[in-house]
Amino acid sequence: MNVIADKSLVERFLEENILFLGPDPDIMNNHHLAAETSAEAAALAKFTGKDDLNLVRHKLQTACNESFDMVEQMGAAPGAKWGDLISGVWTASGDLALSSMGGVLLFSVLTQHPVKFILKYWANEPTVGIREGDIFMHNDARYGNIHNTDQSLVIPVFHEGRLICFTGAIVHEGENGAIEPGGMPSKAESPFDEGLKMSPIKVGENYTFRRDIMTFLQNSVREPKLQLEGMKSKLFAAMRMKTRVEEAIAEYGVDAVVAVLRKTLTDTAEEVRRRLRGWPDGKVRQNVFPDGTLRENCLVKICLEMEKRDDRLILDFRGSAPEFLNRANNTVLASAKGMLAQEFLTFVWPDLPRNQAVFEPMTVITDRRSSLNCSPEAPNAQSMMTFFPSFTAAQLAAPKFLYSAKERATDVIAGWYNMIVTFIYGGLNQYGELVGNVCADLNGMSGAARSNRDGEHSVAPIFAPMADIGEQELIEEEVPMMKIVPNRVMTDNSGFGKFRGGHGYQQIATMKDTSLWGFMCCSIGSKFPSSHGIFGGYGPGTYPLCKIKGVNVFEVMKDRRDLLRFSIEELMNDRPFEGATYTTHHMGLQLEFATPGELYMITQGAGGGYGDVLERDPELVAKDFRDGLISARTVTEIYHVVLDPKSKAVLAEDTDAARQAERARRKARGKPYHEFVKAWVTEKPPADLPFFGCWGDRSVIHRGTPDDTCPGEAIAPVMMPDPKDVEIAKLKARLAAVGAA
Amino acid sequence: MSTTIAITEYLAIALESERWECRVCGHDIASARDNYKTGLLVYDRDPREIHDPKLDERYEFTYAPDPTWCRIIEFYCPSCGTMVETEYLPPGHPLTHDIELDIDSLKARHLAGANAAAASGAAASRSREV
Ligand SMILES: [Zn+2]
Repeated sequence: MNVIADKSLVERFLEENILFLGPDPDIMNNHHLAAETSAEAAALAKFTGKDDLNLVRHKLQTACNESFDMVEQMGAAPGAKWGDLISGVWTASGDLALSSMGGVLLFSVLTQHPVKFILKYWANEPTVGIREGDIFMHNDARYGNIHNTDQSLVIPVFHEGRLICFTGAIVHEGENGAIEPGGMPSKAESPFDEGLKMSPIKVGENYTFRRDIMTFLQNSVREPKLQLEGMKSKLFAAMRMKTRVEEAIAEYGVDAVVAVLRKTLTDTAEEVRRRLRGWPDGKVRQNVFPDGTLRENCLVKICLEMEKRDDRLILDFRGSAPEFLNRANNTVLASAKGMLAQEFLTFVWPDLPRNQAVFEPMTVITDRRSSLNCSPEAPNAQSMMTFFPSFTAAQLAAPKFLYSAKERATDVIAGWYNMIVTFIYGGLNQYGELVGNVCADLNGMSGAARSNRDGEHSVAPIFAPMADIGEQELIEEEVPMMKIVPNRVMTDNSGFGKFRGGHGYQQIATMKDTSLWGFMCCSIGSKFPSSHGIFGGYGPGTYPLCKIKGVNVFEVMKDRRDLLRFSIEELMNDRPFEGATYTTHHMGLQLEFATPGELYMITQGAGGGYGDVLERDPELVAKDFRDGLISARTVTEIYHVVLDPKSKAVLAEDTDAARQAERARRKARGKPYHEFVKAWVTEKPPADLPFFGCWGDRSVIHRGTPDDTCPGEAIAPVMMPDPKDVEIAKLKARLAAVGAA
Repeated sequence: MSTTIAITEYLAIALESERWECRVCGHDIASARDNYKTGLLVYDRDPREIHDPKLDERYEFTYAPDPTWCRIIEFYCPSCGTMVETEYLPPGHPLTHDIELDIDSLKARHLAGANAAAASGAAASRSREV
């Protein structure tokens, strides 16, 4: 018998009998453009007029912006209303060629995967197929996109029977039927806790949703009306864009549209390569230390070596923390790439078209089963807790190339604040409806300092340059949450430097008129700052979640308005409500039901600072002091500026003297490098520090203790104990100690 | 005559001499082929001195980084005392060699008349490139 023939028979059998179409690594691990098709080559040969190309490109770009506005206006999800979406046009090969200027730009580099899956697996599948009028949807991050709170919808566009492109939109819809309401469950311990996970699926034909599938999807989430509404608004946006594509075809011919989509991609990639050539060659490195999983505090190291070589950029994250098999903070590699592209789309080259090709000349290297390249078995609903830090590492590294680059499209900038400090909520609203979603305050991240100016206070999220935090009055119409202090900028909450980062605001929230209401929070950075300054600037500090429970402030303050304080510090330090409990926590709060009038308090983080604090213009320091942005302590102990006690004007000579004295003190206390390193560097992480990732050698990955390690080449995933079990064990030990005494 | 390229707010590389220099005072820091940090003064700062605890000590979380988890490493120019860079690190964590430029390539790019030096450099291991 012929062994080889046997083998191929088995192989053939396996190929013909695929039992499960999981995420396709060939699609998921490849962010590059599809090869030029013969149809594209033919169109490019025929349609060559530069002005016409530009005209058609702008028509399609305008169509993307128009459909973005449609979804933003029609969408019912808070995410849609405040701009957490994009709409776009994909080529017939599935690459995103154009997308709306506003919205969540990281989608630009990771929406192609589900479209490519549809093309590869459903086009010739007799039970599915791709026909005019079909509607496809998807939300499982393992098949593309960021996390399953985002739902994408695409429709194919045909011309005379030939597939020309896809149009569609992707929106942060919120509720998705996970173990916790609101769509981003930090409590998830497996992908099955994360709720509805649609692999790319046909949900309608003839531009009409199938009622049976719609009913199933509505039954899969806590907000069935929102599910319907979200799907409809995305469909109408996709159809409007399809109309615009058809209009362009009618006016300029089908070759024009095909050529423009392809050329937009190749032009963008070529322009990125040209710009990269102007950067110096070499390597820069940045470590960041996310300080938790949202269930517990621990250090989840993300380390980046960014190498620029000619017209390529290589982002090497090997040595970063391992995946956590029972925590939701893992990132699918494709999502990480999307977030990294965000750095370039927003902060380095905001003038480039928003499409996938921005990332074409880049390479990302990771360890398999690390927290930035997790397996399909790992939950990923809170991937932001590792991919935002990976973004920050890139943002802090890039200036070290950009400062001496031949040309720049932006000013050199420090680390933007990078955490989604907001409330997620779930429960019955004042109309008795079950709701669960996220407040748009996550969009209030503070801007970082630039080489020539201060950062803006709570201005925009790292993932969307144009996004809103929403109107409190409108929010109160829909949910029973109240913000006693909605958005108050906090004193000293800044990354100090020659130019300072923007200050973040505080929020003091409570609720009333509901029998069932819970809060969640999902940020890290309560023990170790999550973003940093550059070139001698300091980063933001750290932020607690504060609670005042066992009190109904509406009752106790009925006749005692004097009890109210307007900052978290005053409430927590003064303790004005007798008998209440005052506690602080890290910012990973799993769904916790509150009673009316209890207070939940969080603080938006600050942007990182730029440059040495001693170089900050004393007049700017004085102004920040007079504006209440910084305290007297910061004026004298950080900036070493002397103000006139009465007028608060700068005393220039005294300031010069104070700053000279501080420079002398620095020289006295600073140690020569080698002497410092000898005393400072340890072989392993401290024994009492739960540390994940490499310490010195990038190929040795720590798994929470100094001695439990695995090779980066063969990562052993981490399983964390239940924080409640940890707490119980501590209490039992205390009981035992008392009993023994 | 010397050609000096500004690399960061406070650091420059003098191309002919291949040296890192302080942009504030001109101090000669280190070989441009070495880690510039080797020529600076280093200080281990308690993060609470910069990020003031805003809440009472009785609370676990106070707005100040936990000094047993996080230290601020400050790097100063030994001549003028300018704070050239900061790093937030866990106690004992190796300092980061953050800038390692290809000096031959930099010289080729900026020095007029210089031969485009072979700045080839073997490509990094790309075993797991994706
Ligand atoms: Zn100096």
